Amino acid sequence: MAKFTDLLCPAKDGLYCPPGEFFIDPVAAVERAVITHGHGDHARSGHRHVLATRETLAIMATRYGEDFAAQRETAVYGVAVTHNGVEITLFPAGHILGSAQVRLRWQGMTIMVSGDYKRRRDPTCARFEPVTCDVFVSEATFGLPVFRHPDDAGEIRKLLQSLRQFPERTHLVGAYALGKAQRLILLLREAGYDQTVYVHGAMASLNALYESFGVRLGPLAPATTDKRDRLEGKVVIAPPSAIADKWARRFADPLPAFASGWMRVRARARQRHVELPLILSDHGDWDELTGTIAELQPQELWVTHGSEEALLRWASLNGIMARALELVGYEDEEGA
Amino acid sequence: MKAFAALLDRLSFSPARNVKLTLLRDYLANAPDPERGWALASLTGELSFDEAKPAMIRKAVEARMDPMLFALSYDFVGDLAETVALAWPTKLGANTEPELPEVVDTLRTASRREVPQLLERWLDALDADGRWALLKLLTGGLRVGVSARLAKQALANLGGVEVSEIEEVWHGQSPPYEDLFAWLEKRGERPSAETPGRFRPVMLAQALDEANDFPKLDPADYAAEWKWDGIRVQAVNERGRRRLYSRTGDDIGKSFPDVLEALNFEGALDGELLVLRDSHIGSFSELQQRLNRKTADAALVERFPAGIRAYDLLLDGEEDIRRRPFTERRKRLEAFVAKLHSSHIDLSPLQPFANWEELTALRATPPEGDAQRAEGLMLKRWDSIYEAGRPKGPWFKWKRDPHLVDAVLMYAQRGHGKRSGFYSDFTFGVWRQGEDGAPQLTPVGKAYFGFTDEELSQLDKFVRDNTLERFGPVRSVRADREFGLVLEIAFEGLQRSTRHKSGVAMRFPRISRIRWDKPAREADTLSELEKILARDEG
Repeated sequence: MAKFTDLLCPAKDGLYCPPGEFFIDPVAAVERAVITHGHGDHARSGHRHVLATRETLAIMATRYGEDFAAQRETAVYGVAVTHNGVEITLFPAGHILGSAQVRLRWQGMTIMVSGDYKRRRDPTCARFEPVTCDVFVSEATFGLPVFRHPDDAGEIRKLLQSLRQFPERTHLVGAYALGKAQRLILLLREAGYDQTVYVHGAMASLNALYESFGVRLGPLAPATTDKRDRLEGKVVIAPPSAIADKWARRFADPLPAFASGWMRVRARARQRHVELPLILSDHGDWDELTGTIAELQPQELWVTHGSEEALLRWASLNGIMARALELVGYEDEEGA
Repeated sequence: MKAFAALLDRLSFSPARNVKLTLLRDYLANAPDPERGWALASLTGELSFDEAKPAMIRKAVEARMDPMLFALSYDFVGDLAETVALAWPTKLGANTEPELPEVVDTLRTASRREVPQLLERWLDALDADGRWALLKLLTGGLRVGVSARLAKQALANLGGVEVSEIEEVWHGQSPPYEDLFAWLEKRGERPSAETPGRFRPVMLAQALDEANDFPKLDPADYAAEWKWDGIRVQAVNERGRRRLYSRTGDDIGKSFPDVLEALNFEGALDGELLVLRDSHIGSFSELQQRLNRKTADAALVERFPAGIRAYDLLLDGEEDIRRRPFTERRKRLEAFVAKLHSSHIDLSPLQPFANWEELTALRATPPEGDAQRAEGLMLKRWDSIYEAGRPKGPWFKWKRDPHLVDAVLMYAQRGHGKRSGFYSDFTFGVWRQGEDGAPQLTPVGKAYFGFTDEELSQLDKFVRDNTLERFGPVRSVRADREFGLVLEIAFEGLQRSTRHKSGVAMRFPRISRIRWDKPAREADTLSELEKILARDEG
C-alpha cells in the first residue's frame, strides 16, 4: 500500500509529487508546476509548464511578462485534470483573486494543499471551500493563539474615523500591492467611502487587472502627479516599503497606517512607526486555521510555513497526527 | 469600554502632541458621564489600581489555555498583558461587555479575593482591545504617553478656556468630574476653586532676547535673582492641608515627606525644590535620586535631604497676595521665610545690579559655591503681579550660555509624523581612547531638534549617502578619523550615567550648528566632557 509521502513530499525546490512529476509552488524554475496563487514567493517565473487558475495566470503575466512560462494550462475551480495518473483539482482558497487549494488524488489517497488561505469573506475573490481529504497541508503564517483578526468592518471604521479626526493629514496606508490593496479599497467602498482613492504607481497594473476580472474598485487616481497635490485628508495606498520612505514626504503630514495581520502585535506596529495599525489579513487567523482542521478532520495535518510549533501543539492536544514540512523560501512578512 | 480602549490604542501609537490632544478632546467630547470622568482620572493618574499582579494574570490565563501555547505566544509578543489580551480564549455567549464606570465601581468595593473572578469575567466579555485596556488599568500605569498636563490641556481645548483655569479648579474636583464637564460644556457654573491646599497656577517667564529686549527695558524696573537648577514647586499649607505641587500641579508630596514636614506655616510659597544641606545646594543629579519615586525611605531622605529655595509668596496667612506688586510680595516673603527658621526652606537672594552690563557680568561669572547650581538669571518687574501662564514682559529668564561640544554623527533614526520620511534623530559621539589605544567614538547623546527644515534635508541626505548598516529604522553612518560629520551640540548640563557606555548623559542636548567644515578627527574628546562634569559636581 502506498504511503501519503509517495504522492507528495517536501523537496529542495518545494512540494513535489513524484508520480505526477510536478511541483506545487516551487521556489525555483522547474519543468512542471502547479501554482496556488500569484504572490511572488509562490508564483515564480521560468517554469516550463504551469497549471493555475485563469486569474493566477493573468497575474503572473502582468508581473513577469507574457513569456513567464513556456506552456500554461488553465484550471477551473472544481474541474479535475489528470496528469500521469494523478488527478489534480483546484478549489477556491479565499486568499486573493484566483487563489486555489490543490487537491491531489492517486491510488485512493486524497491530499489537499491549501496554499495560503483565509475563511472570512473577501469581496475580491471566491470564498474558501472546505473539501474532505486524508491529508490537509496547511499554512501557519498566523499559527499562534494571539492572532485572532478582528472584524474587517471595524478596522475600516478606524480608518474612516481617523480621516474625520485628522482631515489635514494624508492617510498613507501600506498594503501589499496584490490582493490586500484591492480588498482594502473594496472594503472602503462597502463602508460608503466613495471618494477617489490615490494609489502608488506600483499598483496601477494590478488594479487594472482586478477591474478586468470584474472587481469594481471605484474612482482611483495616481498618488503622484506633476501637480504635486499634497492630498490632505485623502487615502493613499502604497506598498508597505514606501510609507516610511522619501516618497512619503510629498504628502501633508502623512499619517502612516498599515493593513496587515501583523499589526495585531503592538511591537510590530511600533517597529514600523505605524500610527494607525489596521488588522487586515489575507491569511487565516488562529481560529480559522484550527477551525478548518477541526472541520476537515484529516488523518494527517502537514504544516508548511509560519508558526508551525503552536499549530503542531494544538493538533497533538486535539488528537490529530501532524508534522512540519519545513519548506524554505516562503516569506511571511509584507503580504500577510 | 470600547471607546476608552480605542482611545488608549490610538494614543499609544501617536507620538505627536497635537494628535494626542485631538484624540483626547474628541473622546472627552463624545464619551458620556461618568465614563469620561473615570477615563480622565486614569489618564491623569488620579485613579490607579494595582489590584492585578502579573502572577495573578498569568495564573488566570494558564487555567484557561494550554501553558505551552501560552508560552509560545508570550515568547512571540513579549509583553504579558498584551499576550493575555490577545490570546485569552473567550467563551461564546459571555456576559455583556462591562463599561468603564462599572469596572471602577466594582473594583473599589471588591475584596482582594474577588478580583481574580472579576478579572476572568471581564476578560471573557471584552474584545482584545478592551482586554488590553482593562489589564493596563488594573495593573496600574497606562503608559500611553499622556501627562496630566496634556490631559488638562485637552480639557481646556474642549471648553475653550486657558489651561491655567483648569489647573486653578482641578484640585477641588474629584473623579468623575461631572461638575467640571458641565462647566466646560457651558451647562453649569465654574466649580469652586476655594479648596484649602489647592494648587494655584504658576507664573512663568519669557526667554530673554538680549539684542531685542535690553534696549527696550529699564534696569531700574527689574529685580534679578538666580534661577536655581532644581524643579519649580509650589508649597502650600492652608488650614492644616500641606501640599507640594510641581509647576504643572501634580501633587508630589509623597516623594518629599521631609519637605512636607517643614511646611510649618499658613500660606503658599513659590520656589525651587533642591537637595539642600545647610543652605548648600546639591546637584541636579542628586535631586533626581528623589524625583519620580512614589515614596522616600529614611535613608534616602537623609542622604539627599530636600528643601525649597523660595522665590515668591502667593498666600500670606489666609491673604491671597497674588495681585500685589512683586516689591510688596518680596518684602513679605523675606519676613515669612525669616520666621520659619527651617533648614528646609531658605530665601533666594536678590542680586543687585545697576545696569545691563553689570547683569551680563554677573551671569558670566556666577559666585563660587552655590551659584554653580544656577541655570541662569531671572528678571522680575518690581511692579509685576503674580499671574498664571507666561505673560510677555513682567518676567524674563536669562539662561546661562549652554555648554558646547563638537561631536561626530554616529547613528540616525527615522522620525515620526511630519518627519516620517526623514532621518531626524541623531546619535553622536566623542573620541575616547579605545582598548587598543587607538581613538574611537563613544556615543554621548541623542538630539532631534535644533536644526531648520533645510538643515534637516541636508542631514537626511548625509545619512542616506553615508550609511554603513541598517537596523530597522536606525542607520549607522560612516564616522572615523578620516571621515565623519561634526555636529556642534549645545546642552545644559551633564550627569553621570551607568546606562551609557560613555558614563555621561546630557541634559537637553540639541544641535546648535552643523560643522560641515570641521574634520571628524578634530571633534572633542570624552575628557572635555569629564571636565565639565567635574566642574558641575564641584
